[in-house]
Amino acid sequence: MTQNRLTTHPILPIADRDVFDFKWSGLVFQACAGETIASALFANGVRIFGIHPKDGSPQGIFCANGQCAQCTVVANGIPVKACMTPIRPGMVIEPLNTLPKLPHIQIQPQYTPVQNLDIDCMIIGGGPAGLSAAIELGTRNISAILVDDKDQLGGKLVLQTHRFFGSINACYAGTRGIDIATRLAKLVSEQASIDIWRNSTVVAVFSDQKVGVVRNNNEYVLVKPKVLLVAAGAREKSLTFKGNTLPGVYGAGAFQTLLNRDLIHCSKRLFIVGGGNVGLIAGYHALQAGIIVEGLVEALAECGGYKVHKDKLARMGVPIFTSHTVLSANGHDSVESVTIAAIDEKWKPIPGTEKTYPCDTLLIAVGLDPVDEFSRKAKEYGIPTFAAGDSDEVAEASSAMFSGKIKGLEIARSLGYDVPKVPEEWIKTSEILRSKPGAENKEPPIVEEEDVYPVIHCSQEIPCNPCTSVCPQSAIYIDDLDIRHIPEYIGKQLGVHCIACEKCVAICPGLAITLVDRRKQVDETALVTIPYEFGKETIKIGDQVLVVDTGGSVLGRVEVVRTRLAINTDRTIMVKVRAPLVIANKIAGIEIQNPEICASFEQFVERLTDDMVVCRCERVSLAEIKAIISSGVRDMNQIKAITRAGMGACGGKTCGNIIKRAFRDLGIPMTQITEPVARPLFVEVSMGVLAGITTESGEE
Amino acid sequence: MTQKFYDTIIIGSGSIGTPLAWQLSEAGQKVLVIDQFASSGQGSNKEAIGGIRATHSDPVKIQLCLKSLEVFSSWKEKYGDDIGWKQGGYSFVAYRETEEKTLKDLLVIQKKLGLEIDWYDNQDFLRIIPSLNPRGLLGGTFSPGDGSASPMLANLAMERMARAGGAEFHFQEKIECLKTKGDKVIGVKTDKEDYYASTVVNAAGAWAKEILLELNILLPILPESHEGGITEPVASFLGPMVVDIHPLENSANYYFYQNHTGQVIFCITPNPSIPGMDRRESSGFLPLVTRRMINLMPCLRNIKVRRTWRGLYPMTPDGQPIVGQLNGISGYLNAVGMCGQGFMLGPGLAVELRKWITGGDIESATKLLAPYTLYRDFGGTEQLK
Repeated sequence: MTQNRLTTHPILPIADRDVFDFKWSGLVFQACAGETIASALFANGVRIFGIHPKDGSPQGIFCANGQCAQCTVVANGIPVKACMTPIRPGMVIEPLNTLPKLPHIQIQPQYTPVQNLDIDCMIIGGGPAGLSAAIELGTRNISAILVDDKDQLGGKLVLQTHRFFGSINACYAGTRGIDIATRLAKLVSEQASIDIWRNSTVVAVFSDQKVGVVRNNNEYVLVKPKVLLVAAGAREKSLTFKGNTLPGVYGAGAFQTLLNRDLIHCSKRLFIVGGGNVGLIAGYHALQAGIIVEGLVEALAECGGYKVHKDKLARMGVPIFTSHTVLSANGHDSVESVTIAAIDEKWKPIPGTEKTYPCDTLLIAVGLDPVDEFSRKAKEYGIPTFAAGDSDEVAEASSAMFSGKIKGLEIARSLGYDVPKVPEEWIKTSEILRSKPGAENKEPPIVEEEDVYPVIHCSQEIPCNPCTSVCPQSAIYIDDLDIRHIPEYIGKQLGVHCIACEKCVAICPGLAITLVDRRKQVDETALVTIPYEFGKETIKIGDQVLVVDTGGSVLGRVEVVRTRLAINTDRTIMVKVRAPLVIANKIAGIEIQNPEICASFEQFVERLTDDMVVCRCERVSLAEIKAIISSGVRDMNQIKAITRAGMGACGGKTCGNIIKRAFRDLGIPMTQITEPVARPLFVEVSMGVLAGITTESGEE
Repeated sequence: MTQKFYDTIIIGSGSIGTPLAWQLSEAGQKVLVIDQFASSGQGSNKEAIGGIRATHSDPVKIQLCLKSLEVFSSWKEKYGDDIGWKQGGYSFVAYRETEEKTLKDLLVIQKKLGLEIDWYDNQDFLRIIPSLNPRGLLGGTFSPGDGSASPMLANLAMERMARAGGAEFHFQEKIECLKTKGDKVIGVKTDKEDYYASTVVNAAGAWAKEILLELNILLPILPESHEGGITEPVASFLGPMVVDIHPLENSANYYFYQNHTGQVIFCITPNPSIPGMDRRESSGFLPLVTRRMINLMPCLRNIKVRRTWRGLYPMTPDGQPIVGQLNGISGYLNAVGMCGQGFMLGPGLAVELRKWITGGDIESATKLLAPYTLYRDFGGTEQLK
């Protein structure tokens, strides 16, 4: 009953779950309780959920977030989004290979009137920003409804197995995302004035200042808030390249959802497009789950994400190709390989540099756009509206938490409550937390006069300070006023000694601190403690491991002499190796994946079909869009009318920005372009729900 | 700057203006279309749901719509564009004797005017629309010759043909006033330029009134807003447009059909009506319309609503269009006040106005359109709006 399910994970607990049968296309499969239809299908090796009625192209998971409709399947006769619908015992599921048939019903149902609610504040989104705002309001006993479309609060935090960056005082830095989610959710649930609506989706904002919500996935409610806080996060940008809609091409969010939330071993070989934090972290998560990460391409000359994230991936043996782009995802009806190429200074692929790598999954992590449709409509209709977290400005989750906290206070003030103004230092902290990675310096100097000392492989200015807080000697220093500075070991200045407690090694979110112990030198060797977040069964005393430097260059093969997993190391294994003195200070990590398994094909694969798709819902190609723009069309409403791009289920959430990019590529300034009119609904809703039907569908 | 002369200037590139531009340019006229929006059909055309029927009670409308049906139904064959034409017919349902009587009374007039329409008792009617709620169904009328098309696609196709005939389209340009000389309209002044023409046609729909204000002429047009919606596409299950004229609390009639892509498009007439130019969606529409639709057709509970919008009906006091000249002022024609039926009237009206403007057969056109004069008694109301 394991199929493609994780059986073990270094960080995530894998509980025993009830197992039951369901039917897919006539075959009997097994599902685990709590899985969505999509995850159950993936677990059974199915990732083509249907074919598109327009061109017969295979359809599958894309957003895994309820936003598009590409994962639609027919469950018990009703078309549903596979990624949002829990699987139930005995469900009969069919692929959607043609337009769905409406089940014949002749009985008039019962209704209840659609509920109308007047409230002080509505928070859209129960992620780091929304939860933090709710805590600010709740602790002041200000009432609010927090609406989230998932079963579990925490937003994207619930997908993050790694320790968080940021400030240990301001936003739980050093704690894993999954655990921050639990803590924040618990705090919010303790607030009597906060009403939490889980499994509830905001589907529209209307001109009469009412917000349409589908509560509990089945009840339509119209809420009129005095203040709206949009903390709905961000959505992943899309890229157009040949084969960009093949099943197996999806965003990092979808990948992390399948892997870290639903515990599905959803790939065997993964290739990543985009070297920002999202792509780098997703690569790390893949390795933790035993997935081969074939490589990562980044169009810029340097990865945009934190250097510690990039180094971590490089150390583990993932090839990183900067100044490269993806040319095509290849495969007949799902991804079988990816072709990449180097690009010149004009971003054009350089002929002769093409390479093809085998992979079953191509992960697109090329940046995020704020989810701003709620704010735009709410502002248009005069609802006092705040935005927090990524919906306000795309940044790290640490920043989202702090931004939620600030907006919570601002909302309290705007509702007329007697609360203090947002303190200056909060604003300063918030600026620091959302700052982009800064200058790269040299790694801090190593204090070699001592026998035991930490080596800090952290050389880029990022907002992060957990290492300073755990040292019992207070011997790691970052200026509290600006936690972006590089940490420094200052034992000598303070006149104290490192006691080799390994706490700094364990807590560093970048896995960028090691501990060198020269007290028991044998044959010019030292003991080096390395943080390790892979399964404990993968490393044992006596193992010979390849150790690498900060950037991933192999230093040599050394012996593991101790492994330690304690409560205070929180699932990070302290691996002690005995290494020659000459390399001891340089060791930064252990190679996880032999780079040789990431070899490209001898000859690159060229995808011949020109299927760069802009609008996934209506299958509109980039060539069509560009031809229309070239013919003189400047009104995006007209593009929509002609091609149907943006008329699909998702409402232009993905294609809108790609079309704007097409205008830009053709040298047409935004001032000449008319933006499309945004209309509700943001997400499709069945008529029965909108009408207020009280009985379950198909019950009669 | 050289003066710009045209044979005809059309104000508005919507359901009326665009087909007229096509017709006139096909007749060899030099045509300019001026529209305030960024492309054609962005006013009320794209808000229309796309129904086209000849089964009215007003003889002029019947004649115009029969012509429109001819244009829409043969468009693809003649001109190549797919405008989403579907000949599914129109059906009016009756679950009460009141509606049965209204429809049957109307049928007498409609048959007399030669329309293909009949009454079907419940079981026969269910064969035409199997998904109707059978409980309490008395029957309904069905007219197989009616149909539907995509207003946006049709408008764009007609714009394409108009351009092929040499018509010019100026978008994002606002009319400031009509230019007159003595008792003659000689052109228009926009926020960008002045243009001159032998004839200026006002086809500005809900925005038509402003054009004449400076001449101190008040068009009796009161725009109202109606909301509409569209669902996801599903396999074909519904042939005709379904209209339910039974008035209930908050709504008069409502209607819906399955279009050429398999999507259900629907609309409701609010009661009391909502006067004004508000095109912003409101929260009451979806619960109101979906409940009525599911009661009528229970299978719709499982179809997903995709989008909703609000558009304008340029209403006149008697529910009939205003077409024709102004008394004592030449060089100007009204083609306004379509009361929400501009899309189905457009091509037919364009054919008639072409005769009027180009001098083809002025007499027949003016005679046909005479009842639509601005100077009529607006007291009467049409039975089936």
